[in-house]
Amino acid sequence: MKKTYLVALGLAVSAILPFVGCNKNKDVIIGGVAPLTGEAATFGVSTKNGYDLAVAEWNAKGGVLGKQVKLVFADDKGDPAEGATVFTKLIEQDKACAIVGTVMSKVSLAGAPICQAAKIPMIATASTNPKVTGVGNFIFRACFIDPFQGTVGAKFAFDDLKAKKAACLFDVGNDYTKGLSEFFKTKFTALGGEVVGFEGHATGTSDFKAQLTKVLAAKPDVLYVSDYYSDVAIIAKQARELGFKGPMVGGDGWDSPKLVEIAGPAIEGCYFTNHYAKEDKSPIVQEFVKKYTDKYKASPDALAALAYDATNIMLDAINRAGSTDGTAIQGALVKTDLKVVTGQVKFDADRNPVKSAVIIELKGGQQVYKTTVAP
Amino acid sequence: MGNLKHMKLVMAGLIFYVVVQVLSLTGVLNGYFMVIINRSLIAVIFAVSLNLINGITGQFSLGHMGFAAVGAYVSGTFTTLLFHLNPHHSLDYLGFLAAILVGGVAASVAGFLIGFPSLRLKGDYLAIVTLGFGEIIRTILNNIPYVGGPRGLLGIPKFSTFTVIFLFAFGTIVLIRNLVQSSIGRSMLSIRENELASELVGVDTTRYKVLGFVVGAFFAGIGGGLLGHLLQIAHPTQYGFYASALILIMVYVGGIGSLTGSIIAAFSLTFLTEGLRVGIDWLRDTAGVPIGTEWTMVIYAVLLILIMLFRTEGLMGMRESKILIIKEKQG
Amino acid sequence: MGSIFSPQQIVNGLQLGAIYALIALGYTMVYGIVRLINFAHGDFFMVGAYAAFGSFFMFNFFLPPGNGLAFIVLILAMAAGAAIAVITDHFAYKPLRYKPKLSSLVTAIGVSMLLEYLFSAIPAIGPSPRGFPEVLPKKMFHFAHVEISNYVIVDLAVAGALMIGLTFLIQRTALGRAMRAVSQDKDAAKLMGINVDRIISLTFLIGGAFAGAAGLLAGLTYPRIQPYMGILPGLKAFIAAVLGGIGSIPGAVLGAFIMGIAETCATAYNSLLGEGIAFVILIVVLLIRPSGIFGEKTADKI
Repeated sequence: MKKTYLVALGLAVSAILPFVGCNKNKDVIIGGVAPLTGEAATFGVSTKNGYDLAVAEWNAKGGVLGKQVKLVFADDKGDPAEGATVFTKLIEQDKACAIVGTVMSKVSLAGAPICQAAKIPMIATASTNPKVTGVGNFIFRACFIDPFQGTVGAKFAFDDLKAKKAACLFDVGNDYTKGLSEFFKTKFTALGGEVVGFEGHATGTSDFKAQLTKVLAAKPDVLYVSDYYSDVAIIAKQARELGFKGPMVGGDGWDSPKLVEIAGPAIEGCYFTNHYAKEDKSPIVQEFVKKYTDKYKASPDALAALAYDATNIMLDAINRAGSTDGTAIQGALVKTDLKVVTGQVKFDADRNPVKSAVIIELKGGQQVYKTTVAP
Repeated sequence: MGNLKHMKLVMAGLIFYVVVQVLSLTGVLNGYFMVIINRSLIAVIFAVSLNLINGITGQFSLGHMGFAAVGAYVSGTFTTLLFHLNPHHSLDYLGFLAAILVGGVAASVAGFLIGFPSLRLKGDYLAIVTLGFGEIIRTILNNIPYVGGPRGLLGIPKFSTFTVIFLFAFGTIVLIRNLVQSSIGRSMLSIRENELASELVGVDTTRYKVLGFVVGAFFAGIGGGLLGHLLQIAHPTQYGFYASALILIMVYVGGIGSLTGSIIAAFSLTFLTEGLRVGIDWLRDTAGVPIGTEWTMVIYAVLLILIMLFRTEGLMGMRESKILIIKEKQG
Repeated sequence: MGSIFSPQQIVNGLQLGAIYALIALGYTMVYGIVRLINFAHGDFFMVGAYAAFGSFFMFNFFLPPGNGLAFIVLILAMAAGAAIAVITDHFAYKPLRYKPKLSSLVTAIGVSMLLEYLFSAIPAIGPSPRGFPEVLPKKMFHFAHVEISNYVIVDLAVAGALMIGLTFLIQRTALGRAMRAVSQDKDAAKLMGINVDRIISLTFLIGGAFAGAAGLLAGLTYPRIQPYMGILPGLKAFIAAVLGGIGSIPGAVLGAFIMGIAETCATAYNSLLGEGIAFVILIVVLLIRPSGIFGEKTADKI
């Protein structure tokens, strides 16, 4: 009996021991949250890279407010409970003065109330659910929200691609992809087009032929696939196998070098809306792409760019605020007017960024910039 | 006589509550610790209620978090969508209490529906059916737009404080302990030991098996409701097989049939997960070992396997702490 | 309505069913012999897929994509699946063989978690999905409104060949007899001089090899692999095995094909139904005929 208690006690104590460390930091501490394990791990890796790259750059240039920047990273595992835990940890244990993160809306929604109550500013990097910034005035966002993206995609399909009939394909278990398709459908129908198929698939499916067969029977001119790149790649291949020759359109979830790697020629001549174009000649984009590729040996995707931008926006705000006080930083954030990789960032009344979207075409296995669409 | 039964347990609970509350208010335990403690207490509710089904009644259930999901969504819908309750109005806490209980009742209905197949199935088959039911509940919730679908149920007011969670956890422990150590509990144990024999001696196995599910589900629903009101969000992905597996692991590591074990394991494993996070971060930042956060769960899995191999019966085996045992009447 | 059961959907379903069949066989064999639901089986499938991926790049240096390379990759994928299965059994399941069965189950969950998180954490592999290379060049055929790729043929052929090989082994060889004996009555088999532990290891080996083969086929057919790819197929293949009668080899195969076609057609009708159909089938089977299609009814021993 005693031995059992000792073992359990030992387990618990050894778990707590590391907590008893002192935070004697002379650095400016910001928190970075992303899913490094779990269903969304692939997005977390890019996001963390984006954070690290931005912080390294600022530190090379002398840091902020005369001190070095220390990013304390925490893995939210794609789970709201973990999110609540790590946001609290970053604020109370690690004494972060600001937080960038996270990717999944459901986790941001668990973390936002905590930041708001503690008056710690937060910039969600890729959470597109409109309710995230609605939690309070300390919560900001680095990405545009779904209503805008879906609408842009619909207009492009109708006006530019001259499509009269469209079909949508999305992941039923994912609010982002489902939302995008819904907004697309609304706009496309409003413009006068006809949505002849609106099919969802389960998360994690590898075989979309059932949905595709059904949807292609109605002969759509264009396929709107709002999924993430790894699903899109398979859908493209299977759609081509089933004989679909028309273009496919999608959202920023497509942005990854792996899209072409997996899909190959199947994705040729397709389009997606994104935050920025890698071929954009402006120095800020080119430098980002080069630095990221040099450091991580991989081309950056949209999430990396958003994370990089969010970090820069936050550090810029801290700089302008002249202090690490949460309220001061919040005040500076509201007045942000900064050129970042994904555009010129100004926050609207709901603390969402007012940004343009670009349309990217996949030509010759490369991402080619097509056009910009302003909000 | 009645007082002596509960004294030790109440004392232990009171000491725990007072100590933690004092440490929290004086700032020794910061918000991070409190979140972990809150999550541990909720895990206790899940683990103890699952233990009732798996450990005491011997019915192998793998979909326990499905019940929690029902509780979270039903109670959340009450406080959010139907009645717009607010934690800042103290009277609304009564509404919250009602909502949690309704959530528990809804979950127990689900438990009843799942208890039925248990009548015909044994062991592994039952395990798979309960897993299936858990997934079905999750899928259904994912497809109801009224409660948010894949977006989740959002904006749930934050009613769950340490005090609230502690009271419910304590209540769960007391009630389940009393059940287990009553004649009903003995009947359940007999079903676990040898169902056929107990049927033959006249135990109404049907009734007690279903009762196990109903009661276990009820408390899981309570736990789910508390969790939803702590995180202010309820999302279908939180209640899938993986979540049920984590609770199952707690029950087994603690020792099936031992409520004390479930309590200890719930705390230990929740703390361990965070301890691994902090430990690995420390290893990387201070000691320079090139290991990333992603290895936390790898180590967790290895530890789990090791515990199962070297202490198969769990931390407490089938024993209970003296604090939890009700003294028998003498004479 | 017509598009639900169309020939195209049936073909899609058969292709899916072939892969499920290979996984289901491993599940049913292991369950038949040690009464363990090996939750990690889906992850053996994943290991096989990654092994195929890795070996493609290794041998592509010497051989171009084609039948020769595909054969080598298949062998290696099967070897990897077999290896991980045997290792898992030896270190994690064997020590608990004579302890309460439920602890083996928890350990199986632990192994499953370990494999998934490990593959996710190892930098060279990583959590991101990878495109699976065209080990065999893809050709499309058009046949009466149905698009069939040569992969469909390959999937069915490989699965079929392995199934026939297994049936031969079980029915016609001494080894097979020993396996059947152990699954019938372990103690009696031991008394007859059969090395029970060796037979169990062999069962895991074959089951793992089949899962590995399935991993290669899945990688080829749905060309994307990632560390969590084994969870859903593993679960569905298990349900297929239950449908066919767990412990029964022809049952696993039949159940898998039924599952594949049902899933494909259900998804065509309604994506929600497609998601849940596997579990609906499971519950219907267990409520109406728990022993499955080919399963034996076991009476309670008094």
